Amino acid sequence: MDRNNRARNNVPQTNRRRFLKGGAAVAGLAAGAVQSAKAVPPESELKVKGTTKELIAYGERSRFVKSIRTPVAERDSPDAFGLMFHVNTPLADLVGSITPSSLHYLATHRGSFIPEIDPQQHRLMIHGMVDRPLIFTMDELKRFPSVTRVHFLECIGNRAKPTHKTVTETHGMTSNSEWTGVLLSTLLKECGVQNGATWIVTEGAEEIKGASSVPLGKAMDDCLIAWGMNGEPIRPQQGFPLRIIVPGFEGIFQTKYLRRIKVVDRYYMTYNDYGHINPDPKTTALGNQMGPKSVITYPSGEQQLSGPGAYEISGLAWSGAGAIRNVEVSTDGGKNWKQAELRTPAFRMAHVRFALPWRWDGKECVILSRCTDELGTIQPSRAQAAAYFNKPLTPDFRVPGADNTIQSWRIMSNGSVRNEFA
Amino acid sequence: MNLLKRNWLLVPAIVVFGIASAQAQNYGIGRTPTAEEIRAWDISISPTGKELPAGKGTAKEGEVLFKQKGCAGCHGPTGMGAAAPALVKGGPPAGQTPKGMEGMHMVPDTGIMALRSPYATTIWDYINRGMPLNKEGTLKVDEVYAITAYLLYKNDVIKQDDVMDQQSLPKVNMPNKNGFADMPEWKHGAPRLAGYP
Ligand code: HEC
Repeated sequence: MDRNNRARNNVPQTNRRRFLKGGAAVAGLAAGAVQSAKAVPPESELKVKGTTKELIAYGERSRFVKSIRTPVAERDSPDAFGLMFHVNTPLADLVGSITPSSLHYLATHRGSFIPEIDPQQHRLMIHGMVDRPLIFTMDELKRFPSVTRVHFLECIGNRAKPTHKTVTETHGMTSNSEWTGVLLSTLLKECGVQNGATWIVTEGAEEIKGASSVPLGKAMDDCLIAWGMNGEPIRPQQGFPLRIIVPGFEGIFQTKYLRRIKVVDRYYMTYNDYGHINPDPKTTALGNQMGPKSVITYPSGEQQLSGPGAYEISGLAWSGAGAIRNVEVSTDGGKNWKQAELRTPAFRMAHVRFALPWRWDGKECVILSRCTDELGTIQPSRAQAAAYFNKPLTPDFRVPGADNTIQSWRIMSNGSVRNEFA
Repeated sequence: MNLLKRNWLLVPAIVVFGIASAQAQNYGIGRTPTAEEIRAWDISISPTGKELPAGKGTAKEGEVLFKQKGCAGCHGPTGMGAAAPALVKGGPPAGQTPKGMEGMHMVPDTGIMALRSPYATTIWDYINRGMPLNKEGTLKVDEVYAITAYLLYKNDVIKQDDVMDQQSLPKVNMPNKNGFADMPEWKHGAPRLAGYP
C-alpha cells in the first residue's frame, strides 16, 4: 500500500494527469506494478486488452460467468410495493464452501426495502434487564476483542417441492460466509445481565424495525454481533453495517441492520415471532435450530451429463447443532451408501463441501446424500419424517418445522437430471 | 470469591470518583444512554403491555383513521381484497388476487392477524413500528390504539365501543391465545427434538 502511494506521488505531474485521464484504475495498476516513476513503462505497454475500471477497482467477475440470484417462485422480489422477499443463492453454480457475498441468499420475514445506512450514524443500544445500558458506535464495537467464524444461514422456508426443478429452487435459501464481529456474550457481560433475564429482543434500524426474540442461553453461548463478511464490510442486502448471527438457528433470528438489543424476562411475541408460531410442540421444536441437512449440487436438477464415464458427485452439508462428522452418498436410490470425502474444514454450524468420485455406467439411477452431525443425528428421509408424525407419505406431505430431509436426483439414461421428490 | 473481594476494594474508589455503577466494566467501551434516549428507541411491546404508552382509542375513531391514514388504499376499503394482506376476515378466497401478489394474499380467515395473533399487543406493536408502509412511525399513540381497536372489532374480537388503552389492550381475550406452543429451552449440544426422526 505504502509503496503504491509513494510510486504514485513520484509520477511527474503531466504524466500523472494523463494517467488519471486514462482511468484511475490504470493508474493504480501502474503504480502497483513499479517501484518508482522512472520505471513506469510507456502507457501503451500498460494497456491490458479489454480491461475496464470495473474489473480492477472492485473486482467484477468475468463477463462469461453469469450466475445470479433469483427470487423464489412463490412471490416476486421486488413485488408490487417494491419490497424484497426471498431470493435464492444459485447453489448449483457454487464451488467450495463459502458463498460469494454478492450471491448470498436474501430474505426477510415480511417484505422490506434494503436500507442505506451511514455507519458513522449507526448505533447499537443494549438495555432492559442490565446493570448498565450502553450505546456503541461502530468504531467502539470494533475495539472489543473480535472473532471470525464461518456460519451458514438458512431460511425456514427452504424446502423442496415437487414443482421445483433445480437445486437452487429446492435448497437455494441457504448460504455460508465467514463472519467477523464481537461475541454477544462479551457485550452482554459489559452491560451486566440481571437475574431473572431469559430472552433478548433484537431489532433492526430499517423502516419496519424488524425484531425477533432469542433465548438468552443461545445469546450467551455463541451469537456474534457482526460487521464483517468474507473479508469486507457486510453487504447492505445482508445487514450493513451490523447484524446478529445466531449460529445454526433459522433465518428469522438473524436480525439485520441491528440497532437495539433489549434484555427481557419472557418471549416477546414480536411480529417476526408471531409469523412462525405453531400449535404443535414438536413442530415448534423443529422450527428454530436447523437439523443436519445435505444436498448434492452436482449432478442436480436440470443439469446434463455428457455421457457415461468419470464424474465427481459434489454437494454441501450443514447442521444447526454443530459440525458435520460424516456424509454418505448413494447412487442406487438409497440401497447402498458410500462414504463421501469432506473437501473443506468442517466448522460448527457451517457448510462443508463433500465429494465422491463416481463412474456413471449410463443407466438410469437415483443419487442422494445424507449427513451425520457431531451429536450423531442423521439426516432423515421424507418417509421417516412422515412415519414419525404418523402421516401418509404423499407428495403434499409437508415436513413439520425446518425441512432437513434427504433430496434425491434421478439421472435419466440420456444424462438429464430431475428432481426425484420422494 | 476473588471478584467479590476486589469489588469491596473498589468501593472507596468509586465513592471518591463519584462513579455511579458498583460493578466495574471489563472494557469501559461505550456510553450510557439517557433515559430519554431509551424511551425514544424502546418500541418493543411485551404481551404484558408494560411498555404501552398512555393513550386510548375506539373502533369508531379507527374506522375513520383507516381511510385517512391510507391503510384502506393498500389493504382495501373494508380491510380485504386488495394488494396488501387482508386484515379483516371474510375476504376473497386465496388465488383470486392480482398477479405477483399471490403469496401475500393467501390469508385464510385463520391467518388474519387479529384472529391468529395470541396477543393484541403484537398488532399494536406492529402497526406502531411498521405501518403505514412508507410512512412508518408517523401514527400518534391514540391513532394506533384506535386502528388496533377497529381491526379487533371488524374481526369480532371486541365490541364497537370497547376502549383500547394501556390496561385494556393486553387483556383482550384473543381467539388464538392458546394456539401456539412455547419454544423449548435451548441447550448447547442438545438435538432440536430428541428421538426425531
Ligand atoms: C403502501 C401500502 C400500505 C399502506 C398505506 C398500509 N399498509 Fe399495511 N401492509 C402493506 C404490505 C405490503 C404489508 C405486508 C408486508 C409484508 O409482509 O411484506 C402490510 C402488512 C400489514 C399488517 C400485517 C398483516 C399480516 O397479516 O401480517 C398490518 C396489521 C397492517 N399492514 C396494517 C396497516 C394499517 C393499520 C395501515 C394504516 C395505518 C396500513 N397497514 C397501511 C402495505 C400497506
